[in-house]
Amino acid sequence: MRDALGSVQSVLVLGGNSEIAMAIVDRLVASRCKKVVLGVRSPASATTTLNRLRSAGVDADTVVFDALDPASHAKVIDAAAERIGDLDMVILAFGVLGEQSEFNANPVAAADAARVNFVGAVSSGLAAAAKLRTQGHGMILAITSVAGVRARADNFVYGSTKAGMDAFAQGLGDSLIGSGARCVVVRPGFVHTRMTEGMKPAPFATTPDKIADAVINGLQKNKEMIWAPPILSTLFTILRHLPRPLWRKISAG
Amino acid sequence: MRPEPAASRAVPSTSELFGWGRTAPTGADVRRPTSPIELQRALPTSFERGLIARGLGRSYGDAAQNAGGTVIETTDVAAFTIHDSDPNSNTVLVTADAGASIDRLLHALVPQGLFVPVTPGTRYVTVGGAIAADIHGKNHHLKGSWCNHVESLHLQLADGSVVEVGPDRDSELFWATAGGMGLTGVILDATFRCPRIGSSQLVVDTDRAADLDAVCELMRSGDHLYDYSVAWIDLMATGKSMGRSVLTRGRFASASEAAPKIGADPYVYRANELVSAPPFMPAGLLNNLSIRVFNELWFRKAPVERRDEIQSIPTFFHPLDMVRGWNRIYGPAGFLQWQFVIPFDATSTLTTIVDEISQSGCTSFLAVLKSFGEGNPGPLSFPAGGWTLALDIPTGIQGLGPLLDRLDDLVVGVGGRIYLAKDSRVRPELLPEMYPRLNEWREVRERVDPNRRIMSDLARRLGL
Repeated sequence: MRDALGSVQSVLVLGGNSEIAMAIVDRLVASRCKKVVLGVRSPASATTTLNRLRSAGVDADTVVFDALDPASHAKVIDAAAERIGDLDMVILAFGVLGEQSEFNANPVAAADAARVNFVGAVSSGLAAAAKLRTQGHGMILAITSVAGVRARADNFVYGSTKAGMDAFAQGLGDSLIGSGARCVVVRPGFVHTRMTEGMKPAPFATTPDKIADAVINGLQKNKEMIWAPPILSTLFTILRHLPRPLWRKISAG
Repeated sequence: MRPEPAASRAVPSTSELFGWGRTAPTGADVRRPTSPIELQRALPTSFERGLIARGLGRSYGDAAQNAGGTVIETTDVAAFTIHDSDPNSNTVLVTADAGASIDRLLHALVPQGLFVPVTPGTRYVTVGGAIAADIHGKNHHLKGSWCNHVESLHLQLADGSVVEVGPDRDSELFWATAGGMGLTGVILDATFRCPRIGSSQLVVDTDRAADLDAVCELMRSGDHLYDYSVAWIDLMATGKSMGRSVLTRGRFASASEAAPKIGADPYVYRANELVSAPPFMPAGLLNNLSIRVFNELWFRKAPVERRDEIQSIPTFFHPLDMVRGWNRIYGPAGFLQWQFVIPFDATSTLTTIVDEISQSGCTSFLAVLKSFGEGNPGPLSFPAGGWTLALDIPTGIQGLGPLLDRLDDLVVGVGGRIYLAKDSRVRPELLPEMYPRLNEWREVRERVDPNRRIMSDLARRLGL
């Protein structure tokens, strides 16, 4: 169960190799969380994480999760619940970033990115929500991106997939009101991870640890939308209303 | 912004419920029987996620919630009978449905020269809740907790059968129900002893204490002279003023003592809510500064020493009840209450804890300090001989979780415990240390509910 300070006792991570999700899980485990299931495409890829969690006394396991296989998503949720009981939190942490120039040259690859980031979030998010409704409690933590707040010429495929996911998660959250379940949206800015290695960092670039701190703080305060770092909330209030010629200029960096 | 929990309906439907602290709401099928027969029939046919009874929802955390299961609200089954008695006896027996509130009882009892055996700081608690939490009040040092005054009660077990238990009838099950957080079955009604009073007024002495040592010393040396005693303590004061307090103690006045204030009828009783807290409070209105100012004013307005002031029951016992929905003043993130008891010989730990809280800059007003008398045989009953401190804290404060975890360790280290009716965040692994007789309680539960049909969010969270 979630407690008054936003700590949970069990968590399922879809996209179990996400560095941001792992930073969040580390903090949950340091507080009250004793059960973790990692949803990953290949369980072998999560061995190190699994061992680390287990040596910390956590009941940790993996389930096979493929964002590109929506038909399997309800079964993945059930398998996780079978393994650890009530799911106090489900983190939607999977996603691909891709390269805009590559997408421009290969529209099929762009469509695949959309299938992972958006379509996969829709099916797994709804499957998780159905479970949480039955439980009468639990939280979906949907990790989207500030890139979805306003699309940029140099990453609009990624941005639009995250915009779709973000809108979906907000609506899902509203639809869950009254059920005991929740959906919280996390909007990170530029994060230094494997995913962004070699890229030029955007202003207010941050780290998975800082994102996780913002998330834990937001959960304790019962926020429905968590910007990370929090300053981005103010920044994007301005940026999203800039005239497009000006936005083009600024976002081209 | 979080919605108010929907009013429950006769037909089961999913509603979100939370405790008084307005944190961690969960959804459940809420049933609201309107007669004792309906109440007994309210047990669901499917027990996949169990059921729990709920009264007026004054537990701070998740004790009266049951995610995905059934919650039976008992407050519409609220009849009670005041039994005939020997006029020379000090007490009168009252039998009340579990849903009857202390508020309703007082409106009937006080005009007849009677009072409830124990009242907490709010009169909006039900008899069922009073038993399930084994509530205590300002008279614990002399009279113990609620269940010390219960003769018998009817309990509906998970299999649907109804049993009558008491200190002399299946005392094991009775004491497991006393403070058992509703997890042994659905309490249907109870019979308890109510004391006679001389008037509806109290004779109150007030003392202002400059620091923690001073207030402890006042209580140690003088509490036995008063029927009721409690201290309000300013946990935001630091340095030499750390633990400064206002101690109020009293007893019921005789008719002649009360007459100058209330006139000929010694048992006149008026208890009204004066104002309502606004439905929505912006986050952060109660901040470190505003509470510091409030605490300062409160302390300064108290007399250094005042004797024999006549006060009404609501003023003395239930000041917060004057503001309906005062729990909303903490804003959307909600708040929690942390209450512990530690033995008298651990007074230095009390000092350490008060010091840690005031040093932390943690925003808290309305902290209450009291000295408890001995506990009763209930394995999960909270009160035990020693100091008890209760404080409200808004949940949004950074670092609050680790701070309270550290303080829990101090409490456990000296053989103390925290109060489950207030809890919304303790580490489950500390419970067996806080309640060393937890296994005895579990054995009784195993006997009456082997399939864990009676279930609450608190039970799930703490692995009870």
